Amino acid sequence: MNIIIAGVGGQGIILASRALAEAALEAGLAVRTAETIGMAQREGAVVSHVRIGLPDYGPLIPRATADILLAFEPGEAARHLACLRKGGSAVVATSPVMPVSVSLGASAYDVDAVLRFLEGAVEHPYFLDAAALAREAGSIKALNMVMLGALSRLDLPVGEQNLLEAALKLLPPQTETVNRRAFALGRQALEGLEK
Amino acid sequence: MKMLLMGNEAIARGAVEAGIHVATSYPGTPASEVFATLARYAPELGFYAEWSVNEKVAVELAAGAAYAGGRAIVSMKQMGLNVASDAVMSLAYIGVKGGLVLVVADDPGPHSSQTEQDTRLFARFAGLPVLDPSSPAEAYTMTKYAFDLSEELGLPVILRPTTRCCHACQDVEVGSLLPPRPVPGFTRSPDWVILPSLSARKHRWLVEQEERARLLFNESPFNTATLEGRTGVITGGVSYGYVVETMDQLGVRLSLLKIGTPYPLPQEKVVEFLAHLDQVLIVEEQEPVIEEQVIRLAWRQLIPCHISGKHDNFLPRTGEFNVDIVRSALARFLGMKSTPASVPAPPELPQRAPTLCAGCPHRGSFYAFKRAARGRDVIFAGDIGCYTLGAAPPLKALDTCLCMGASLGLAQGLARTEPQRRVVAFIGDSTFFHAGLPALANIAYHRAPVTIAVLDNGTTAMTGHQPHPGLALDLAAVARAWGITCVLEADPYNLEATVRAASRALAEPGPSLVLLRRSCPQLTASDRCCTVDPSLCTGCGLCLEELGCPAMSWEKDHVTIGPNCNGCGLCAQICPAGALREVRK
Repeated sequence: MNIIIAGVGGQGIILASRALAEAALEAGLAVRTAETIGMAQREGAVVSHVRIGLPDYGPLIPRATADILLAFEPGEAARHLACLRKGGSAVVATSPVMPVSVSLGASAYDVDAVLRFLEGAVEHPYFLDAAALAREAGSIKALNMVMLGALSRLDLPVGEQNLLEAALKLLPPQTETVNRRAFALGRQALEGLEK
Repeated sequence: MKMLLMGNEAIARGAVEAGIHVATSYPGTPASEVFATLARYAPELGFYAEWSVNEKVAVELAAGAAYAGGRAIVSMKQMGLNVASDAVMSLAYIGVKGGLVLVVADDPGPHSSQTEQDTRLFARFAGLPVLDPSSPAEAYTMTKYAFDLSEELGLPVILRPTTRCCHACQDVEVGSLLPPRPVPGFTRSPDWVILPSLSARKHRWLVEQEERARLLFNESPFNTATLEGRTGVITGGVSYGYVVETMDQLGVRLSLLKIGTPYPLPQEKVVEFLAHLDQVLIVEEQEPVIEEQVIRLAWRQLIPCHISGKHDNFLPRTGEFNVDIVRSALARFLGMKSTPASVPAPPELPQRAPTLCAGCPHRGSFYAFKRAARGRDVIFAGDIGCYTLGAAPPLKALDTCLCMGASLGLAQGLARTEPQRRVVAFIGDSTFFHAGLPALANIAYHRAPVTIAVLDNGTTAMTGHQPHPGLALDLAAVARAWGITCVLEADPYNLEATVRAASRALAEPGPSLVLLRRSCPQLTASDRCCTVDPSLCTGCGLCLEELGCPAMSWEKDHVTIGPNCNGCGLCAQICPAGALREVRK
C-alpha cells in the first residue's frame, strides 16, 4: 500500500508518517518512508511517502500509484494529486494555509476552485475541516492527529488502535488527552462516509 | 529485534554495534541525525561524542582517536567534506590504526544544499574506498562492516548515503550494542609524521591498497548479480529500488548487477556479469562513477557488450532520480512505449517556498539594517543558514550567498574593489565559529572597512537546533581583543535600538561588528502574541509587504494574525495606524 501525506512545513507531517510506519512495523509488515527534512520545513511544501508491504522498492511513490493521499492543506492536495492512482482516495483538510507569496500578491490561491477541482478529479474524496476539529480538541497542533483519525476510517493494513497508540508514543505525554480527542474527532468526521 | 529506523539512525546504530570510541560531526542536511542519534547512545555506552566547530576539526579529532587504535565515526554533508578535505587527503596517505568511518551524505536534487557534488568521485580522488547504501537496512550493515574494512586496509572508509537513504525510514533488524573495548594506544613512529619522503612511499602504499580493496569487494555481499537473459542493468545506491520497481511496472525481467562498492569497482564481478550480456544500461544518480569505470573495463578487456547510461543521454547527471525517470529511460533502452499516466491539471496553485518563521529574530535584524542603509548604496553579503531565506521577497536583504563563512571574505573583496560602497556581512553564530573566525582575523588585521552582522540566535537552527561554541564563547570579546573598536550589541526585537546600532556600525570608517542577539523562537515558548484591532487597521498593508511574516494574512480589507505568531512585536513597531499590539497570550 502506498500513502502520500502532503502539507505545509510545521503541520506535523513527519510525525504522521512515522506513526503509520511504526504501526505497520508493529503489525509485522515491511515499511519504507521518505520524508521532507531540511529547508522546506520552514513553511514550505512538504510531503511524506509511506509504503507498506513493498520491501524491495525505493521509498518514493511513483506517479499515479498512491492508494491514499492524506493532505493537511487543500492546495497541497492538488499539488500532489498526480501521485494518486485511478480509483484512489484523498482525505483533505479544507482550511488553507496562506503562504506569504499570496499575502504579497505574488501568487494567487483560489481555495474554492481548488476544492472544486479535487472533488471532480478524485474518485473517492473526503473533506474535513481538520483545523477546526483540532481547535475543538484543544490545540491547532493536533491537526495531524485529526488527519490520522480520519485516515483510520479507510481500509488500512493497520488497525485504528495501533495507529493511535503508535502516534501517542511519539508525542509528549502531557498532550495525550488533546491528541486522543483530536484522533477521535477526525475519525468521527468520516463516519459513514468511508467506502 | 526489528526497529523502525531512519537511514541516519540506522548508520548510528551500526556504529554503536561496532563499538565506537569517538563520534564527531558538524550539522548539515541530510546528515545531521547520524550524530544526533549517536549522542543519545553516548552516555549509556560511554564513548566520547561532540558537535565539533567544523568538519575539518571533526575529522582531525576522529583521526586522532583512530591513531590511538580507537574506532571513530565522523558524519557530515557533502560540502562538509570540502571543508575537511585538507585533512582527508593527507590522512589517506598516513592511514589509521583503529577503524575510521567518514559518513558523507550527498543531496541530489539538491533539497538543502548549494551543490549536487558526488562524494563517490571524491573518494576516488582521495583513493579511499566508498560504500553506497541502497536503503537504511543496508546502511546499517555497511556501517558495521566499514569499521572492519577500515582496520583491514588501514585506511579511512567513506560511507556515502544520499537524501533518500538518510531521510527514509525502514524496518531494520538490529543486533546488540557494544561498549567500546580498551584501545591499544598511540605508538610513536615516523609513519605518523607526513614529510615528502614519507608521502612518496605512502602514495605507492595507497595505490596498492586500492588493489587490495578491489579484491575484497569482488567477494563483497554488497555486490550482487542475478542473471535473466542477455540484457541487463547495473545500478547502485537508492537507484537499485527504482530499477526493481521499474522492471515490475514494465513487466520485464532483466539481468541485474547491484554495486554497493562503487570505488574501487569490483572488476571481476563486473566482467563476469558483462560476459553474459549483449547490452547493459547503467542507472546511477549523480556522476557516472560506475559507468566510466565499467566502460574503461569493457574496453580494456574487449568485452563486446553495448553500454548505455549517461554518456549517451539515457539518464541525466543532474537532479534526483525516481521510478518515473528510471522507467522512461529503461523503456527507451528496451524500445518499449512508456506513457506516463495522465492526470487532470489543477488550477493555479500558490508558490510555497520556505520562509523565515513567524517571530524569527533575523527578520528584525534584516529590516533594521535595511532601514539604517536607506538612502545609501550598501551591499548585503549573506551566508549559510536559516537567514539565507532573508534573500526572498519581501525582505530581499541578501545580495550574495556562496558557502559557509563566505560572507566575510566576499565583503572584503567587494569593499576593496569599490571602496565607496559599504558592505555588510550577515553571518549566523554557528557559521561564524565554523568558518568566520579566520575571516574575522583577516578583517581585523587588514583593517577591512566592512560591517559584520552576527545573527546570534543561540543555536544552529536550520539543521535542527544543534549547539555550537558560541553558547559558551564570547565572539564580541574576540573582536574587541583583535582591535575592532566598534563592537555593538542589539536585540532585533527592539527595532529602534537595532536601527541605531546598525547606523553607527555603517558610519564607522573601519571594521565594525554588531551582535544581534535573540534566541530562535522554535526553542523558546513565548507567552506573547500580536493582535490586530480591525477598527484601527487601515488596510495599508505595510506590515505584510515589508515583513512577509507567515503569521499574517489578509482578511478582506484588514490584516489578521494566525496562531503561529509568537509576539515578536516587529509588526506593532512599524504599524503607522497603531492597529497592531503585542499582548500576553
